[in-house]
Amino acid sequence: MIYLKLFLTFLEIGAVSFGGGYGMMSLMREKMLAFGWITEEELLNMIAVAESTPGPIAVNLATFIGSSQGGAAGALLATLGVVLPSFIVILLIASLVRGFLEYAGVKAFLGGIRPCVVALILTTAFTMFLGSFFGIKTLESAPCADFIGITIFLTVAVFAFFFKKIKKKKPSPILLIIISACMGMVLYGI
Amino acid sequence: MKAKQIIRLFFCMLKIGLFTFGGGYAMIALLENEFVSEKKWIEKEEFLDMVAIAESTPGPIAINAATYIGYKTAGFLGSLAATVAVCLPSLAIIYSISLFFDAFLSLKIVAYAFKGIQAGVIYIIFSAGIKLFRELRKNAFNITLFSATAVYMLVCSFFAVNFSTVFYILICGGVGVFAYLLGKIRKKEGGK
Repeated sequence: MIYLKLFLTFLEIGAVSFGGGYGMMSLMREKMLAFGWITEEELLNMIAVAESTPGPIAVNLATFIGSSQGGAAGALLATLGVVLPSFIVILLIASLVRGFLEYAGVKAFLGGIRPCVVALILTTAFTMFLGSFFGIKTLESAPCADFIGITIFLTVAVFAFFFKKIKKKKPSPILLIIISACMGMVLYGI
Repeated sequence: MKAKQIIRLFFCMLKIGLFTFGGGYAMIALLENEFVSEKKWIEKEEFLDMVAIAESTPGPIAINAATYIGYKTAGFLGSLAATVAVCLPSLAIIYSISLFFDAFLSLKIVAYAFKGIQAGVIYIIFSAGIKLFRELRKNAFNITLFSATAVYMLVCSFFAVNFSTVFYILICGGVGVFAYLLGKIRKKEGGK
């Protein structure tokens, strides 16, 4: 039953993802690819849409994937699933547990999770990088380079670097998405 | 009186859900402006506590923040109203987009644009990770856990071994607690 599976999957994602939208990315990717719900390319498209529309990225992604798998009811259930753990945990903390972050055990647990989440995000980005640009997914896959993709990646990286140097702040993700869309239309279109 | 407060809270959160781009942290700034500076429903101090809690609990930061603020301003119904309101715009907008997204992608020029976008998004995820890495305190404990997770995850992905992300998170959290207890025992023994 796809509805129950959507709900439970996003419930799990909501319950164990620390560090906000991108902290969620590696678990989200793992589940989506394992179930064969969406491909890596589709996930990247959805992340772009989630970044360029208002609202929390995790909620946007849940709605998008839910809708692609189970229509309106799927969208609703996936969103409910990803939100419910937050809602319950925060409600408990706000109403019952005073000074939740002061507990030494909680601090120690979170202290262990922080480096882990950073590693998860960077490793996920790196595997996506190898997979999309070089076709390397496992040791057996035959490498094939997507030079246009690499060019766009590097251009965006260089642009972001100089933007930060000159404007003293990071460029917004939307700006980077627009740049890569334009480059994609020109370079792949030729 | 309370019903009125809840309705105001609902529309306020709806507005925030509708106009924040870029996820949790962008939303925090808007929430502060709305609830601390303008409406004065929440004290600055409490707001900062709330941000720390929203960041350290699982789930989307924006949802955590909305639930907390909702509860503090109007109890359980407040938290429910706030959470639903902050999700509603996402749900409506993304659902509408999802209806015609595939048709949109079947246009050749759009497909090319999205192929380009995929490359850009990989950079965006990288830069999110790098930002967090910069903020990470570089002590032996953090570096060890970071490297161990990264190396193990890469090996698993290359050899196509299934090892769920959930385990990494739970194990690393467990290691954190273990290290803390170890330190405590050592201190006790040292004190004797």
